[in-house]
Amino acid sequence: MKGIILQTGVALAILGVLVAMSAGLIWLERRLLGLWQDRYGPNRAGRLGLLQVPADMIKIFTKEDWAPPFADKPVFIAAPAVIMVTVLLSFAVIPFAPGVAVADLNIGLLFFLAMSSLSVYSIVLGGWASKNKYSLLGALRASCQMLSYEVFMGLSLMGVVMLAGSFNLRDIVEAQRDLWFCVPQFAGLIIFLVAGFAESRRLPFDLPEAENELVAGFHVEYSGMKFGMFFVGEYLGIILISALITTLFFGGWLGPVLPPVVWFFVKTFAFICWFVLIRASYYRPRYDQLLSFGWKVMLPLALLNLAITGGVVLAAGR
Amino acid sequence: MVSLLKAMWIIFLHMFRKRETILYPEQKPYIPPRWRGRIILSRDPDGAERCVACYLCAAVCPVDCIALQATQDEYGRRYPEFFRINFSRCIFCGFCEEACPTYAIQLTPDFEMCEYKRPNLVYEKEDLLISGPGKYPDYNFYHVAGLAIKGKEKGEAENETPPVDIRSLLP
Amino acid sequence: MAVIYIDNKPYEVKEGQSLLNACLSLGFSVPYFCWHPELHSVGACRQCAVKQFRNESDTRGFIIMSCMTPVEDGLCISIDDPEARQFRASIIEMLMLNHPHDCPVCDEGGECHLQDMTVMTGHVRRRTRFPKRTYRNQDLGPFLNHEMNRCIQCYRCLRFYRDYAGGRDFNVFGIHQRLYFGRYEDGKLESEFSGNLVEVCPTGVFTDKTFMKHFTRKWDLQTAPSICVHCSVGCNTIVGERYGTVRRILNRFNREVNGYFLCDRGRFGYEFVNSELRIRRPLVRDARTAEAQPANKAAALKRVAQILRKTPGLIGIGSPRASLESNYALRKLVGPDRFFAGVSGAEQRLITAILDSMRKPSVLSPSLQEVERADAVLLLGEDVPNTAPRLALALRQSVRVRPMTLADQLCVPRWMDHAVRLVVHDARGPLYIATPYRTRLDSLATKTLRGAPDDIARLGFAVAHELSTDSPAVAGLSEEAQSLAHEIAQALQGASCPLVMSGTGCGSMAVVQAADAVARSLRKTGRPAMLSFIVPECNSLGLGILGGGSLEDAVERILKGDAHNLIILQSNLFRRLDRETVEEVFEKIEHVVVLDHVANRCVERADVVLPSATFAESDGTFVNNEGRGQRFFQVMVPQGDVQASWRWIRDIADALDKGELAPWTSLDDLIADMAASVQRLKEVVRIAPAADFRMTGMRIARESHRYSGRTAVTAYVSVHEPKPPQDDDSPLAFSMEGFQGHVPPAVIPRFWSPGWNSIQAVNKFQSEVGGPLAGGDPGIRLIEPMENVEKGQEGAIVPEPFRPRTDACLLVPLFHVFGSEELSMLSPAIAEAAPEPYVGLSPEDADRLGLRDGNTVAVRWDETELTLPAKIMDDLPGGLAGLPHGLPGLSGFVLPRWGKIRAK
Repeated sequence: MKGIILQTGVALAILGVLVAMSAGLIWLERRLLGLWQDRYGPNRAGRLGLLQVPADMIKIFTKEDWAPPFADKPVFIAAPAVIMVTVLLSFAVIPFAPGVAVADLNIGLLFFLAMSSLSVYSIVLGGWASKNKYSLLGALRASCQMLSYEVFMGLSLMGVVMLAGSFNLRDIVEAQRDLWFCVPQFAGLIIFLVAGFAESRRLPFDLPEAENELVAGFHVEYSGMKFGMFFVGEYLGIILISALITTLFFGGWLGPVLPPVVWFFVKTFAFICWFVLIRASYYRPRYDQLLSFGWKVMLPLALLNLAITGGVVLAAGR
Repeated sequence: MVSLLKAMWIIFLHMFRKRETILYPEQKPYIPPRWRGRIILSRDPDGAERCVACYLCAAVCPVDCIALQATQDEYGRRYPEFFRINFSRCIFCGFCEEACPTYAIQLTPDFEMCEYKRPNLVYEKEDLLISGPGKYPDYNFYHVAGLAIKGKEKGEAENETPPVDIRSLLP
Repeated sequence: MAVIYIDNKPYEVKEGQSLLNACLSLGFSVPYFCWHPELHSVGACRQCAVKQFRNESDTRGFIIMSCMTPVEDGLCISIDDPEARQFRASIIEMLMLNHPHDCPVCDEGGECHLQDMTVMTGHVRRRTRFPKRTYRNQDLGPFLNHEMNRCIQCYRCLRFYRDYAGGRDFNVFGIHQRLYFGRYEDGKLESEFSGNLVEVCPTGVFTDKTFMKHFTRKWDLQTAPSICVHCSVGCNTIVGERYGTVRRILNRFNREVNGYFLCDRGRFGYEFVNSELRIRRPLVRDARTAEAQPANKAAALKRVAQILRKTPGLIGIGSPRASLESNYALRKLVGPDRFFAGVSGAEQRLITAILDSMRKPSVLSPSLQEVERADAVLLLGEDVPNTAPRLALALRQSVRVRPMTLADQLCVPRWMDHAVRLVVHDARGPLYIATPYRTRLDSLATKTLRGAPDDIARLGFAVAHELSTDSPAVAGLSEEAQSLAHEIAQALQGASCPLVMSGTGCGSMAVVQAADAVARSLRKTGRPAMLSFIVPECNSLGLGILGGGSLEDAVERILKGDAHNLIILQSNLFRRLDRETVEEVFEKIEHVVVLDHVANRCVERADVVLPSATFAESDGTFVNNEGRGQRFFQVMVPQGDVQASWRWIRDIADALDKGELAPWTSLDDLIADMAASVQRLKEVVRIAPAADFRMTGMRIARESHRYSGRTAVTAYVSVHEPKPPQDDDSPLAFSMEGFQGHVPPAVIPRFWSPGWNSIQAVNKFQSEVGGPLAGGDPGIRLIEPMENVEKGQEGAIVPEPFRPRTDACLLVPLFHVFGSEELSMLSPAIAEAAPEPYVGLSPEDADRLGLRDGNTVAVRWDETELTLPAKIMDDLPGGLAGLPHGLPGLSGFVLPRWGKIRAK
């Protein structure tokens, strides 16, 4: 009984921390972008513009909750919920520290892959239900992009799995006690990074919403908190990918002196910042470039990495 | 590949640069004289309204925020009966100023015209009309136009000959 | 057909036309000024220069004026040749030497042919430094503004005004570079077609003075196709609206009806729509003597329902100035046997006779264009220039048809205008005019006859008898009249397209019958014959088709006590019946409901007044004097509670819980109902596209694509832009959003084409320049001769000759183009041009009574006495006196009638 309460407490705490982080990320990203673009970013609401987050939240909660009359109402409303649910569920398998995880699943990595595949439904349904040509185009792009990048995302992780010999994320972290996988699986890391950007639909891979061409892509017709959920979903996605990079390639909570959970968050935070830096640095590729890059470069690379890793593991005789 | 990393590195280094932002209400920026801000209607050097209500500003306005009605005084001088600009729609593109054949409508460097109520952004002629000639101090449309008005008969404009005597048979 | 080569590409064109005509028809943009599709070529402006090559090997070529070059097979030209372009650009530059820096203050700006042509030729910068020539302007009256500085000396105004429209008081003065187009002194232009100078002048020398008072650029006008309501010709017009008021009327080209020109009454008579006298809200009066109180729509309708429920016996009086639809709606509400046409018995009989005549076999009622092509004309008893001015302009052209053959013999193309006029000179085809008093066409007439209506009819019958002995002989005809009749008969028989024209103008049934007899006799001789009647108002024939008793019948019903309630549709009874009779009706009747748009005496006496829409605020159909049904479309959303009369009638039916009588929600419903129940109107459905018609899925925009001020017009009321009003009755939209290109001819809201902002853009809408509109001219003839109905000439009795009385004069109506029509008189400009009331006396009678011009006389009959200044009309036959029709104070009686005249 006590275990269940503790477990629930941990789960709720993780949920709270995640949502708070994603909200804070809005401020963080804008400040960081400002920093890298020689300007301030939000600096009027409160000290350093910190009250921008509550202000944005008040705004987004008090906006008219409106659905266009031509939309497919139930699907239109369900879509933003799907993204929140799938992304949050993915966090269930992330070990923040020894014992601090919602579920200790032995197929944790597969669960993550499954959930991230499901999240595309949110976008496709949202774009479809909006009955807007831009939304539909955005949704089409999203599904196509996810489909293409999911393939080698999974493949890129198989190297890690082979090295660790487990799908369980806790085991994978434990397997890095001697050497972080970012060294033996450097190619896998790069491939996963690219795929991770594509999965979280962040610049340079934000083609589904590409403001310049598609207005706002799949969420053109969304406003108020429904839009907010897409928004939060995107930031949660950043955290998720950063947390996974940390877990899979950078030793998770492992680190000297500081408590494990602090290590975990420090590493994750670094990758989040790096996400923002990428956004500040790169332009968006053309759609066909994106796809041909995925299929013609990344997929062979991932296969190669898999084959070499497999070969090395075989040769090492394990 | 290297260029990608280089780009990221350059952007990263911008962290240590000076910020370009001018913190506006505390620091006032320099506004050039040809800034496209609040629209005004100017007057001729002799003090009469310059606008002849030709409708070109209204026609060229991409957001259709100018409405006016032409009328004329007893001597044939045209002027707008009303002239309305809905600044809540105006995009300050300056097309109206470019279209204006009499330099009547001009954009000024004043942009601080926020209102809490949108109706307050609807400016009528009395709100728009200033008492001077604005940017073009010497221009007077009626001094180059052929139309006769009070105080300027036919043939009295610049570069005009006196009216033709149609009864003359001289070559 | 000939093949010509333009810039090395072959094109098939009709042989014999001018090259300019051909190029424009093919869609090339060749600039021009002096050429006009109706006034043809004179080669004065040198603007339409192109290069001609002798043959394929010729590379140098030579510059020609395309307007003066006939199309020949194998003609090889270049429009795009650099030298030709340069030539045209320098012509423009020269024309612009003295053109003032005026466009912003010029009313033509934005629809100026000179602007268009300057842009087309690419002249952008003034190079000369020499001073500009100036002129003093003239005051040309209430219609036109004169700004001579802008003139480019193309001579179009003169050619239209003098050569085409026959005006005498306008000319060119001065010599060399000092040419001046104007009158010899200030004053109103006398021709009733002067307004066309606005459209004919390629620049802003002549502009619309009524438009100047509320000036708006062309692109800012909300426009819709409309039909003129000021006479029975039914000219097609474009009505422009801005800020809720009608701003101007422009000609809407319809080859079959008005072509390129309108009369001034039609062009300047529109201001009644904006009149102070307009009724904008329903008025309710509790008792006859009480002050009328403005009421809202619901309250007014409640009161109407209350009135109509209380006492049975409702009758309705229709109107010849209301649309077919409104009249039909009223007829449906009250029942056909209780519906009365709002015209006097005399007029009703004339209209019926005319309708019967039009349906008799073989003789066609001609369109206005066919009138222009008639080569012999007999005009019986109608003062056409004053009752149907546009038809008079057509008659002016018809006298040139016969002499034109002279030009053909000399192989001068007909479009070579100056040469043709030199050849034709003063030669005129046969035109015989028999009217009680002088008309402005008399100067063109071969012979004229002045006489009382009966004498005119006798002449007609005599001609008919000369043509065919089936027609009754006329006894006791004078030698002179007999020889005239013989001459006329000869002329008509010798013509290939003879035309007989008459009308209701003298109010004489004998005249109408005589005209009918002439046409039928002519037909019997095997000649094609055309018979055209002029009727009093814009929808007189339409109302005639709907039938119903006359006003006298209605009065009888009321006085008999058979009717207690009366609905009057857009009709001022005080203009149509004797004043005493109407007073009697108002005494007797219990309740009167009036639907009208302007205040008049009927409105003052009504229990409930419902504000009905004018032609500019509603859609509907008129039937013109040719029998052509034409649709007019709503231009603007009316202010206040104003709505179309038929909608009021529907609302009344609903208020009475008799919705089944008026189950229409849109005009199309009503038209379908009308077409189904009135056999003769079944074609009305086809006149114009129905409300669900769409061009590429869009409605047709009433506003131009450059309509301005959308977000500022109503901003002072509310900064939130209102939703554009819906239009359930037509395929047009009250918006700039919608289809802007070429639409079916019946719904063309304006003529505009890229690069062609002036009215000349009509070239682009025609199947060939000067030809019918692409897609066919709008309007459908509702009255065609029917072969199986032979009515013969029963009832056509030759009247006795007119015998003057010594104690009284026969008062005949004198028509005035400005003044005789009710609605246009509410326009200040028309009212200014209208004459003061007078009585016209023949010299004999004036001598007998010892009167001189200007003396005050009393005219009296029954209880009525009018005190008027006398005017001696030296050609009025003795025994006749004329009273101007419809002038203020001169309505409320039916003419002709005998009246006693004495000095006062």
